[in-house]
Amino acid sequence: MAHAHAEPHGTPGHGGHHEQTFFQKYIFSTDHKMIAMQYTFTGLAMGMIGAFMAYVFRMQLAFPGSSVPGFGVVSPGEYNALVTNHGSIMIFWVAMPVLIAGFGNFLIPLMCGCDDMVFPRVNRLSYQLFFLSAVVLVASLFVQGGGFAGAWTAYPPLSAVGKYNLTPLGATLWVIAVALEFVAFLLGGINFITTAMNSRAPGMKAFDVPMVVWMIVIASILFMASVGPLIAGAVMLLFDQTLGTGFFNPGRGGDPILWQHLFWFFGHPEVYVVLLPALGIVADVMAVFARKKLFAYRTTVYTIIATGVLSFFVWAHHQFIAGIDPRMANVFTITTVLISIPIAETCFLYIATLYGGSIRLTTPMLWALAFLAEFLIGGVTGIYLGASGADIYFHDTYFVVAHFHYTFFPIAIIAVFAGLTFWFPKMFGRMMNETLGKIHFWGTIIPFNLIFIPLFILGAAGEHRRIFDYSTFPELARPELQALRIIATVSLLVMLAFQFVFLYNFVRSMIAGPRAEKNPWKSNTLEWTTESPPPHGNWVEMPVVYRGPYEYNHPDRAEDYWPQNEKP
Amino acid sequence: MLRPLATTRSAMGIPTGRLAVWWVLVSEIVIFGGILVSYIMHRLGHASWAEQAAHTNVWIGAFNTFVLLTSSLSAVLAHQAAEQGNGPKAARLLMATIGGGAVFLLVKSFEWTSEITSGFTLQSGGFWSYYYTAAGVHAFHVIAGMVVMGFVAASAMKNQDLHRVENVGIYWHFVDIVWIFLFPLLYIAK
Amino acid sequence: MIEGFVRSLSSYSRDIDQLILLVTVLVGFWFVLAEVMFFWLIFHFRAREGVKGQYLTGKEKHVKVWINTPHYFIIACDIVIIVAAIRVWMLIKQTLPPADETVRVVAEQWTWSFQHAGADGAPDTADDIRTTDELRVQVGKTYHFLLESKDVLHSFSVPVFRLKQDAIPGRTITGWFKPTGTGTHDIQCTEICGIGHGVMGARIVIETAEQHAAWVSKNTKLVAAASTTTAADTTAGAPSRAGAN
Repeated sequence: MAHAHAEPHGTPGHGGHHEQTFFQKYIFSTDHKMIAMQYTFTGLAMGMIGAFMAYVFRMQLAFPGSSVPGFGVVSPGEYNALVTNHGSIMIFWVAMPVLIAGFGNFLIPLMCGCDDMVFPRVNRLSYQLFFLSAVVLVASLFVQGGGFAGAWTAYPPLSAVGKYNLTPLGATLWVIAVALEFVAFLLGGINFITTAMNSRAPGMKAFDVPMVVWMIVIASILFMASVGPLIAGAVMLLFDQTLGTGFFNPGRGGDPILWQHLFWFFGHPEVYVVLLPALGIVADVMAVFARKKLFAYRTTVYTIIATGVLSFFVWAHHQFIAGIDPRMANVFTITTVLISIPIAETCFLYIATLYGGSIRLTTPMLWALAFLAEFLIGGVTGIYLGASGADIYFHDTYFVVAHFHYTFFPIAIIAVFAGLTFWFPKMFGRMMNETLGKIHFWGTIIPFNLIFIPLFILGAAGEHRRIFDYSTFPELARPELQALRIIATVSLLVMLAFQFVFLYNFVRSMIAGPRAEKNPWKSNTLEWTTESPPPHGNWVEMPVVYRGPYEYNHPDRAEDYWPQNEKP
Repeated sequence: MLRPLATTRSAMGIPTGRLAVWWVLVSEIVIFGGILVSYIMHRLGHASWAEQAAHTNVWIGAFNTFVLLTSSLSAVLAHQAAEQGNGPKAARLLMATIGGGAVFLLVKSFEWTSEITSGFTLQSGGFWSYYYTAAGVHAFHVIAGMVVMGFVAASAMKNQDLHRVENVGIYWHFVDIVWIFLFPLLYIAK
Repeated sequence: MIEGFVRSLSSYSRDIDQLILLVTVLVGFWFVLAEVMFFWLIFHFRAREGVKGQYLTGKEKHVKVWINTPHYFIIACDIVIIVAAIRVWMLIKQTLPPADETVRVVAEQWTWSFQHAGADGAPDTADDIRTTDELRVQVGKTYHFLLESKDVLHSFSVPVFRLKQDAIPGRTITGWFKPTGTGTHDIQCTEICGIGHGVMGARIVIETAEQHAAWVSKNTKLVAAASTTTAADTTAGAPSRAGAN
């Protein structure tokens, strides 16, 4: 139950601030803000590795057989390992840590008006496990045979039998890394959910919480409810790889399709696990820079919950032609196409927030708006794949690749930049440079489209996935198709070059940017009521909440915003 | 280590520790659900597995079921003692629960040794792969539970953090319930 | 649309292409509408001196109608797409028209092997013609294919037929196709199967009745002539990958 009186200093009994050693403050911290930074920086570092892999394999595709600067000639085995680890890294070691654990850890206690997560030591443990999983994954790239080369989907028997995949050590380390990452996020999820549910500031009711908190909590619940079967599957795959069991090996009485079901039962909710935090960030950024209440906040939350529930019933659309009973495919076409309804609804609700707004196109706002425009493309192209008849043609082509990059790129990159540029002042106490921010924005968005629109076309032309060189396929080796591959690769190079603008802006601003006040964006939410960056314990006097987070341009007020903790 | 204010709040009216344990159970239910549903579907599809299943010893299984149920009883009594504020008594009852877990594991190790030396190994075929994997993952959770329970008992002995007695008890009941599913699936269904 | 890139050469490739066109029209309409609305709103409600943002909760009827009405139309479009998709799916994957001929398609790391009926027209007989990496069929005949894998998952894909089916070791999966035009085209493996996945292409040669009959008789003769002691399992004088006989 909520107490009406204000509570004293953040951490009871903490007394005088003792001096923390370097290790206590940065390496073994239990402070949610530091753990957030650890997750975020680890995720960004892994992102650079994943991006480098994309650079290498796209160079191979554009100029097959040539030596790639910084890597050398790409062999077919290396190509498969590169695409496998690119996908795995981007989803498990970039999108999840930055969106959920990075922003979740930083924002949830602050936005809920409390001094830390409920279980700080479990929080620290979750990061340590995550870090270990990243180390194991990177190590897998350097063992004998090289990194796992069976695609991020790891279908057996290829993934289960060393003599088939020729990367047995890499394959085993990959499974272990993924399993560790799952455990890390299960532990982290306990904190996100419990803190948001239980540790809100006095007066803060469920719908007084900003959208991003709701989204991260629902995403954590989705994750916890869906990852179990894949953990089971990972144990079974590990046993197949190392102990000679036959869970997935037909030669030993097993069934390869079982793995697919276990994988995708998790795999589909997983995409919503990463989508939701991105949607949350976009909502909060949009409300601030449109100076407007989020349109139909409660309806949006209910719609998202419906999407989350529905997401458990669509998984086999990844397996239409996998050899499942064809009658099952009809069931999954129905559920898959229908899930587009709550998602379309959410997009409309977001677009409706713009109506009646007073829109400032700051760098964070540009990213948030770009998310909507680009994600829409990803969403609608999914319909082609959900319609089973059409999927017969598009399955395992570059059309699928383009579709999921039009969803994942907005999620893992666009929304992340929206969040980083928006909360940078609060995280580091300084302002980023707006001009450099806008240059980085356009230098990312335009090339992004130039990479993936050609891939839609190539997919329509029948180009299949995970092929290191198309010259052995006469119908795909045509010069006009190769031209599209080159355009995509060159665009990637341009896009990567512009990321240095962000890196420079990020680092320079952190060191020498203009100092940020408490609330540079004039936002309503609680994190902007404390210092930039917040002290240990977050507030000297804990805030009390009197209203919702989106009271912008309230008719009874002269100011166009109304912080949640301001007394009525 | 000093606890943050966040831990003491309770906007939902449920203590944070208990809320957290329930969320842990949600994720665990799906892990075991995944293993067991896979097992059941394959068992139904392979009549030959029944022949292999005949080799499990239902009496050992039943004894272990009894041991776990009894240990859950002592966990409930420990919670009662904790509610009454009697930390040392709760600690002793938790130790009894840990003891139950130890007996369970001991019996299981004899059981598995006998089965393995009879030639029924993890690789002996579909049924046995699931048998050892499902029971093995369960046993891992039993061990983890015993370890955590040890720490809780140590604090309870000093009358500290008595609310954790209930929480670890909830976890232990879950581990028990998983076994209640495993027992018929692996031992009784022949 | 797809035909601009890949020929349409089976009895059901047009059905798939039409489904794709249907989705494009319906989804494209909503997509364009949404993006136009989106950009227009950004432009119209850009921050201007002296103009405040409006305080709208989302319960206001005049804004809600803009969400609810499209909502119902989208549900209708979804139902149309679902029905169309299921019809195409059932035609291809849930029906099996009677076969004029049957071919065995065997996938393995990293080759395609095809077993055609020999001159007797019957599958799995002594005079079957075995080829690697080249499938020869006759236009207008309805074929059943029996798809197998010897090791890992592969996938049998013929873009000009809009045909795709995963091959699972330990199982034989049956499908069908009926070529409607002649030509020589790509066969792909569309499920990653190891380091040779990228070189696991094959070719399909669709011939007229006369051409196909000639090929069959030529290759069947080779088997009958070559074998006296060898079992039926010898590979026929496999035509070269470049194809024409």
